[in-house]
Amino acid sequence: MIRSAAFAATLALASFAATGAFAQGKVTVVTSFSKDVTDPIKGAFEKANPGITLDVQNRNTNAGVKYLDETKSNPQVDLFWASAPDAFEVLKGKGLLQKYTPKAEGIPAKIGAYPINDPEGYYFGFAASGYGIMWNTRYQQANDLPEPKEWGDLATAPYYDHVAIASPARSGTTHLTVETILQGEGWDKGWATIKSVAGNFQTITERSFGVPEAVNSGQVGYGIVIDFFAFSAQGSGFPVKFVYPTVTTVVPANVAIVANAPNTKNAQAFVDFLLSPAGQEVLLEPAIRRLPVNPAVYAKAPEGYPNPFKDPRFAAMTLFDVDKSGARTDVVDTLFDQLISFQLDNLKGVTKAIHEVEGKLAKKDNPQARALLSEARGLIAAMPVSEAEASSEAIRGAFTGSKEKGARQAELEQKWAGFAKEHYAKAKAKVDEAAKLAN
Amino acid sequence: MSLALSGAARTPARRWRLPGTPGQIALALGIGAFLVAFLIVPVGSVIYVAFTEKGSGTFTLVNFADFFRTDLFLRSFWNSFYVSAATVVLASVFALPLAYITTRFDFRGAVIVQTLGFLPLIMPPFVGAVSMQLLFGRNGTVNLLMMDWFGIRIPFMEGLNGVIFVQAIHYFPFILINLSAALRNIDRAMEEAAQNLGSSGIRLFRRIVLPLAMPGYIAGASLVFVKVFDDLATPLLLNVKDMLAPQAYLRVTSIGIADPMGYVIAVVLIVVSVAAMWISALALKGRDYATTQRGGGGLARRKMRGWESALAYGVVGLILLLVLAPHIGLLLLSFATIWSYSPLPDGFTLAHYGRVFGESSLYIKNTLIYATLAGGIDVVLGVAIAYLVLRTKLVGRQWLDWAAMAALAVPGVVLGIGYLRTFFGVHLPDGTPLATLWIVIVLALAIRRLPYALRACYAALQQISESLEEAAENLGATKARTVRRIVVPLMTGGILAGFVTSFATAAVELSATLMLVQSNADAPLAYGLYVFMQSAAGRGPGAALGVIAVLLVAACTLLSQYILDRNQKNRGAS
Repeated sequence: MIRSAAFAATLALASFAATGAFAQGKVTVVTSFSKDVTDPIKGAFEKANPGITLDVQNRNTNAGVKYLDETKSNPQVDLFWASAPDAFEVLKGKGLLQKYTPKAEGIPAKIGAYPINDPEGYYFGFAASGYGIMWNTRYQQANDLPEPKEWGDLATAPYYDHVAIASPARSGTTHLTVETILQGEGWDKGWATIKSVAGNFQTITERSFGVPEAVNSGQVGYGIVIDFFAFSAQGSGFPVKFVYPTVTTVVPANVAIVANAPNTKNAQAFVDFLLSPAGQEVLLEPAIRRLPVNPAVYAKAPEGYPNPFKDPRFAAMTLFDVDKSGARTDVVDTLFDQLISFQLDNLKGVTKAIHEVEGKLAKKDNPQARALLSEARGLIAAMPVSEAEASSEAIRGAFTGSKEKGARQAELEQKWAGFAKEHYAKAKAKVDEAAKLAN
Repeated sequence: MSLALSGAARTPARRWRLPGTPGQIALALGIGAFLVAFLIVPVGSVIYVAFTEKGSGTFTLVNFADFFRTDLFLRSFWNSFYVSAATVVLASVFALPLAYITTRFDFRGAVIVQTLGFLPLIMPPFVGAVSMQLLFGRNGTVNLLMMDWFGIRIPFMEGLNGVIFVQAIHYFPFILINLSAALRNIDRAMEEAAQNLGSSGIRLFRRIVLPLAMPGYIAGASLVFVKVFDDLATPLLLNVKDMLAPQAYLRVTSIGIADPMGYVIAVVLIVVSVAAMWISALALKGRDYATTQRGGGGLARRKMRGWESALAYGVVGLILLLVLAPHIGLLLLSFATIWSYSPLPDGFTLAHYGRVFGESSLYIKNTLIYATLAGGIDVVLGVAIAYLVLRTKLVGRQWLDWAAMAALAVPGVVLGIGYLRTFFGVHLPDGTPLATLWIVIVLALAIRRLPYALRACYAALQQISESLEEAAENLGATKARTVRRIVVPLMTGGILAGFVTSFATAAVELSATLMLVQSNADAPLAYGLYVFMQSAAGRGPGAALGVIAVLLVAACTLLSQYILDRNQKNRGAS
């Protein structure tokens, strides 16, 4: 054992010496982006800045935030690079980022209605993304299903058991989608839409990429995703299509320099490169397909590439309020999990029954049965917390480990789960009653 | 090192009353220190939260009360229990025929079957699940064909049954490998004695062979149970969330970071795992599985009659086809252009291998170094702990065993965070934190895979009669020399089985690694694979990397099987 320990120590020392020699021109980035995105950008950056090596550490957004927090006493990475603006807000709030003013020119202040850069200068948008619905055309044709246009379409009977989404607690981008619907349609109506679509879910995946993966391989027909998942799948040859519903938003994916970064100069060079025309053009590659934030770059884009600066749809999109979203992130995610993810069987059961009764009513109408169905829908849509309560200190404290005494997270969860279970059961009873009348 | 020394003072093994030899005590203290430094302290630094009150931070058990008051957690607990038990049954159905036929009969290709039967354990993360979905999923090959031909669909991969199906395929090698090692170790004289007394066939198997092989079976089955109970990757990839380990993981890695509940579940997982191990030890207690005669080289291998042999080949072929399906899917995927909603890919290409060719050599090198070191550390510790527990009277020796087995129940991500927390503050002379060195990844892998090697070594030692050691000592050999010249050589089979299991599973481990990899230059294969599997264009290259990982580990396994078999034959011949 001693010999093996000595051997290991020697090896460790050797590897340490090796890395020490290269430390000069290095910059390390923590990112949630896949290799398809990072490799071409790494290549272009190293070509434009000879002597600097870009080292990529791949972690999902949440793990990346956690990692920066755990290692803040002695940071080993220079940059954080990911989609969800919320994550950057969290890092900024914890003082883990440093300010910078990028040198890039020609980048407007806003995309759609959204400011591209953090107004305080802690993080910078480099690519825009919108949210929508992607589907597998082979699956759609084989099962004789329609093409959706709006979120609400997914709630209709033909889509039952054909839709997938990632859990917003696990996927920063899905969280933004949910929050966009809530902000665009309002708290109560938004949740009603989300729950009526959720009744048609086949699965709720644990990571963002699980949804496009399932749609690409044809295990699920439709997925609620961020646009580039669909565009890059198309670019790789998969038989998929994508649509932006009316209630959606365009938000920037960001890059930020870590506080006390070991290679601040190189990190700044990377940010400047990413925002330069050369860096922006890399985003147009088929396997990446993100929307550049420099409007001039779209001149080089292929036919049919969405242009958020010209396309009128984007100008009308919902203004996304980061502060509002940030104040209730945990509550919204937990509500989604407790009311939908962990009650999916109950929710699907009552949704299926509603679809069946509606089918019968379409043939032979019955006003009394319709009234019962709308009561059932009201029961499903009911929320255990109001919008004001969701961002109240009392409830937020349960999730942030605050020093105040108050309700524990587990207590609230059990309460909300019980609320959902009870309401779905009551709704099911109403639908069963309606089913008898409809016969 | 100072950490290790301060840890030693706290190790439970120190509370002996009947001390063994100074060497044994030093060994126990050393192992205890290692476990304290690299398992108990890092894990403790994360899960102590489970026992603190929200707000004040004082000690409380209210969080455990919350656990039992929450429907979701109770449902998760029973689901986990049901899935684990059912998996053990299904895995036994796969493993028993393979182990029995290949060890008991003159079966051509036994080495190949043993190696192939081992492959499912090396299911690389993500790609394994993707290829399973493409074959058995709701719109996978099998179901698309069934829909075409018969208009029906079988939900192989849905809900808890899907988890049981995939887990049984994935983990049955634990039973196969341990049971086969045990069957090889049975003294032929026992069997011959029974035959002389008129027993044969099924009765001989049921009354003599199986009972004598029990330590191996129990070692394997208990591993399967605990592993499935604690596994989070498979349920999550099948999107089954109401099981215990996924619940812990989901909470610890998202909005539960600040909440004690995720850590409460981790504690429950650890307690159940240790309890399962304790019960399996009880099941074997009070019986003697040791046999003295070692020259016979295991069970007699019988020649099969014509129909018997046809049946045997049929059964073995069928089982292998089923359990290797994920790998067949993986192979197809690695050559596929586009594979979407169709029984087979649209076309085939070599481009994915071209894409990973350049980078894979670095990943392969790292994987081999990490997995070999981790496997090596594991068998050394495994042999030492098994010896201390079974052959000495040191008080608290059982705790070493339990502590090591508890590692099985520690979610990889908890260990990863614990390592960052504990070792990031420890600085090397030039200021870089200890946690950024790759050796930390090796230690994390070694700790996570220690239980596999430990169970294998433990079972091997249980089958060796103490009288052999007593004989050696009577002839004047020292304890150390006896261990070196008698015990370890006789345990070779078990040690090798343990090494191979630890090595192979460490080679595809991801959850702890993901938290600890600090630079691409230090990344193992599993990490490279993970990075590829996050994009549509990366699916093919990811699968190609997965195939490389499987081939690599399989080659190493085949090599050790070959050595084992040759060893056996040599002993049999002399």
